[in-house]
Amino acid sequence: MNKSKQKRDLLFLTVVLAAVLAVTIAMDMALPSYHIAIKVVKKATVYALVAVSMNLLNGFTGLFSLGQAGFMLLGAFSYGVLTIPVDKRPGVYQYFDGGAIKFSLPEVFAGVFGDTLGSVIGMLAALLVGGILAALMAWLIGLPVLRLKSDYLAIATLGFAEILRAFFQWNALGPITNGSNLLKSYPDFTYATAYVILAGALIALIVLLINSTYGRAFKAIRDDEVAAEAMGINLARHKRMAFIISSFFAGIGGGMLAMYNGTIAAASFKSTMTYEILLIVVIGGIGSISGSVIASFLYIISSEWLLRGLDSGEFLGVKAPGLFKNGFRMAVFSVIIMVIVLFFRKGLMGDKELPDLLRLGKRRKEAAPK
Amino acid sequence: MSGNMLKIENVTMQFGGVVAVENLNLEINEGEIVALIGPNGAGKTTAFNVVTGVYQPTNGAVWFQGEKIIENHPQGKMKAQYKGGHAGEYTQVLAPTPDKVTRLGMARTFQNIRLWKSQTVFDNVLIAKHCRTTSNVFSATFRLNRKEEAAQRANVLELLEVVGLADVKDELATSLPYGKQRRLEIARALAAEPTLLLLDEPAAGMNPQETEELTAFIGEIRDRFHLTVFLIEHHMNLVMNISERIYVLDFGKLIAQGTPSEIQRNKRVIDAYLGVTEDA
Repeated sequence: MNKSKQKRDLLFLTVVLAAVLAVTIAMDMALPSYHIAIKVVKKATVYALVAVSMNLLNGFTGLFSLGQAGFMLLGAFSYGVLTIPVDKRPGVYQYFDGGAIKFSLPEVFAGVFGDTLGSVIGMLAALLVGGILAALMAWLIGLPVLRLKSDYLAIATLGFAEILRAFFQWNALGPITNGSNLLKSYPDFTYATAYVILAGALIALIVLLINSTYGRAFKAIRDDEVAAEAMGINLARHKRMAFIISSFFAGIGGGMLAMYNGTIAAASFKSTMTYEILLIVVIGGIGSISGSVIASFLYIISSEWLLRGLDSGEFLGVKAPGLFKNGFRMAVFSVIIMVIVLFFRKGLMGDKELPDLLRLGKRRKEAAPK
Repeated sequence: MSGNMLKIENVTMQFGGVVAVENLNLEINEGEIVALIGPNGAGKTTAFNVVTGVYQPTNGAVWFQGEKIIENHPQGKMKAQYKGGHAGEYTQVLAPTPDKVTRLGMARTFQNIRLWKSQTVFDNVLIAKHCRTTSNVFSATFRLNRKEEAAQRANVLELLEVVGLADVKDELATSLPYGKQRRLEIARALAAEPTLLLLDEPAAGMNPQETEELTAFIGEIRDRFHLTVFLIEHHMNLVMNISERIYVLDFGKLIAQGTPSEIQRNKRVIDAYLGVTEDA
């Protein structure tokens, strides 16, 4: 690819990102923070981050792992446990004498950097700790699990996530995890812009990684493991690396999801959550970062907003309480997904990225008969 | 010719009760082009796979540039089943993975082309440079390795020009015609900066003209990159033209070795493999 094309792609991406940022800032200023549009943007950015992290593993390295919910759970709990204000802890940990941890990162940092800046740094630090814990866990379970291939790897990682969920509900860990009770009262970023910037920056990191020499090695492993190994790529090391990095970002995504939800319960990090994310990755296109981002927005917008009515009796002005009741939304969703899988077999974007669309239009013109 | 590049010493490769390679001894000196020939199923590719670390030999050792890199002896159930010779002479276990062998300076191509299908020609070669990368994952992600990356890219471009693929560098590897895919595989192997190049049937499926071009090409890159070449091939024209020495395998055993003219006159080789030409 020549330099001018690269520059044009970069310009295009910058324009798109600036537009997204401008819209979010405008929404933050115009709408109250409980407005559905703000909520949708927040949740969609979190899902986008997690979907991209899953795509790094499933789409770019070719490791079919289903442990995402487990790593998100680790990130969510780290965030909650480390950020609940000290004076609220007795209320949250009411069955465990106020819990074992007697500090809160935002308050610790607030003492150093002042209230606003300090608590933001504290929150970011808590997210980072969540990511690091998830990465450590990935390293640990990666040792045995990454020797497995395809379906077996999926089953093992899925099992791991389920075990972790049960483990976190264990009463003996109550002083830290609050057992099967909720963690709540921890701080949140009020503005959707904060979510967009944070998730955007993290996704940008993943993009940089994928386009680096290590990312190219991941893709080589995906395309042909035997050839990759014969060309000097250490399979074990690179697979482990991809697994750890993916889990790190999933951990941070989990922390952000906790932030968005306002409460944390281990029971909510079911395998259904992993499937949701897998769905986003498949709809967006396995091996396309922009596909994952676009798909997560489409998915969250329709499931949280546009198709809400299907569950609550009224949709597009049609009232049919008998049909439109709890669960019908998911039935409609299944049909939509089937249609996508049938007609967009490679997902919305295939393995293309957003700037590739510029060239697609041009290529079509060139290919057109004269 | 100077030092010893590769030495296969009493290597036996046994799968269950089947002995694929038996007591193979073979030496390649620096700068030589050596061919390994033999009928189908003689164990040629198995020998390659042992040398490159894909298979762990059942017994024997492999030396590379004067250093022992692979060694094994029958273990477990194999102890009772072992049919090869030199049992008990080898006691160590050295089993490097293929990537490690490649980083030592051996690169190979495959009998059935194994390019990275979703990657462009340029990226296929660039990825092979990864094993020579010194930057870690952080410096690579944050683009602190610009210099190295730029040097690698320049190097790859140069390499593509040498092999004559510079004009198709942005095409998908799989969209190339067959002969060019073979060349690309060789270019990719060269990108790993080997001292010993192993070619597994580089002319498979090529017509006589393409084979002739390939023969010249192998000689060219040997001189240009100061390589030692070890190849498996069925095209006798290519083998006889290019090789300095030839080893012949049949049913896993070495039946002959020598210069092309010696091999052509060897009775056992003619019986087992070459056959008699009609006008002979």
